Amino acid sequence: MPSLDDLKKRITSVKSTQKITKAMKMVAAAKLRKAQESAEKGRPYSEKMNNIILNLSNSITDKENAPKLLSGTGAQKVHLCVVLTADRGLCGGFNTNIVKKAKSFFEKVKFEGKILKIITVGSKGYDQLKRTYGSQIVEKISFKDSKKSNYSDAEIVGKKIINLFEKNEFDVCTIFYNQFKNVIVQIPQEQQIIPLKSGGVKKNSEIDNYEFEPEEDEILSNLLPKNISTQIFKAMLENSASEQGSRMTAMDNATRNAGELVDKLTINYNRSRQAAITKELIEIISGAESL
Amino acid sequence: MSEVFKLEIVNPEKSFLLKDKVSEVVIPAYEGEMGILKDHISIISFLKPGLVKVFETGSNQETYYVEDGIIEFKDNCLSILTSKIFDIKKIDKNALREDLAKAEKDTKNNDISDQKKYLLDQKIEVLKSLTLN
Repeated sequence: MPSLDDLKKRITSVKSTQKITKAMKMVAAAKLRKAQESAEKGRPYSEKMNNIILNLSNSITDKENAPKLLSGTGAQKVHLCVVLTADRGLCGGFNTNIVKKAKSFFEKVKFEGKILKIITVGSKGYDQLKRTYGSQIVEKISFKDSKKSNYSDAEIVGKKIINLFEKNEFDVCTIFYNQFKNVIVQIPQEQQIIPLKSGGVKKNSEIDNYEFEPEEDEILSNLLPKNISTQIFKAMLENSASEQGSRMTAMDNATRNAGELVDKLTINYNRSRQAAITKELIEIISGAESL
Repeated sequence: MSEVFKLEIVNPEKSFLLKDKVSEVVIPAYEGEMGILKDHISIISFLKPGLVKVFETGSNQETYYVEDGIIEFKDNCLSILTSKIFDIKKIDKNALREDLAKAEKDTKNNDISDQKKYLLDQKIEVLKSLTLN
């Protein structure tokens, strides 16, 4: 049975924790609005980019000589996985969900006897993966210093990937991130970016009418590296919106739990106080009676 | 008079500019400047560093500096996708000078490919003309 003083201390400590979680929730809510906005604003760019590439790849007749970023190296031996996570914790299952998704993919790759290479973006992903897959992590990148996800960060990652690809370090590249659906639901995604998977090749006459300047392959070889950065940037934007959303719900829950705990503890405290008073009274009365 | 078409400039962060009625756009395409009018044939091309000039109906003209990008023209809608774009009226000259110095340094590096060198030279030329006046 904890003493009155202990209970009082616990109540104050839970209350101050509640204050912190409440503040974190507010901050996350404010940041979420911004992040969500920029995620939505960023969508047209990546969509347009995808469209153009789709059109281009459809009009390339000579599939054999297509740029390797589009058609792949022909082999599927080495898999590069880019795991995009947050740099900070206390955001519910956000980081764990991505890592879980990535891990199940890693196991599949290993089971098929292929070679696995990992790049982690964001320190939390690295922390969770280094124990099991430490030897496979070829690079860890973290953007702790930049407040908002911006395109130049994405470009850095994109360039690293392309560099590795040009050195024939891998055949297939997949990225992992959380797609922002709404504040409560974020869906962990895996997306293959090299070779590019064009979603359902449409073939109609309209597409063939494009004129290209310079030639198709030249545009493509210029465009594909950019597309990699764009996809990464998209993933980063979705991720930052998801992170804030996830943190908001987590902190909301924490605040509510703390409230419940405070209620429970207060009842406990009052009861023991009452009991102590009753006990004292009984002592006095029985003392008086015995006289 | 319906000699106008739609222009859309997007950069990764947001939709930079959206205009429903432009009469002509001049873009610095990779193989030379290109003016685009209404009913141009569908085209995809990419940009070198340079100035995008947007002519609206009337005599309104706006000029933007772009560093790279892709353009797509289709069904009288011109989309410009670029990662770096400024309105030259609001441009920060000091940032430009820094960019220029960096480009000049890069171009002295002999390891770069011809294509890159060409792009850098273009960039230097445009930046110089911008920082002068």
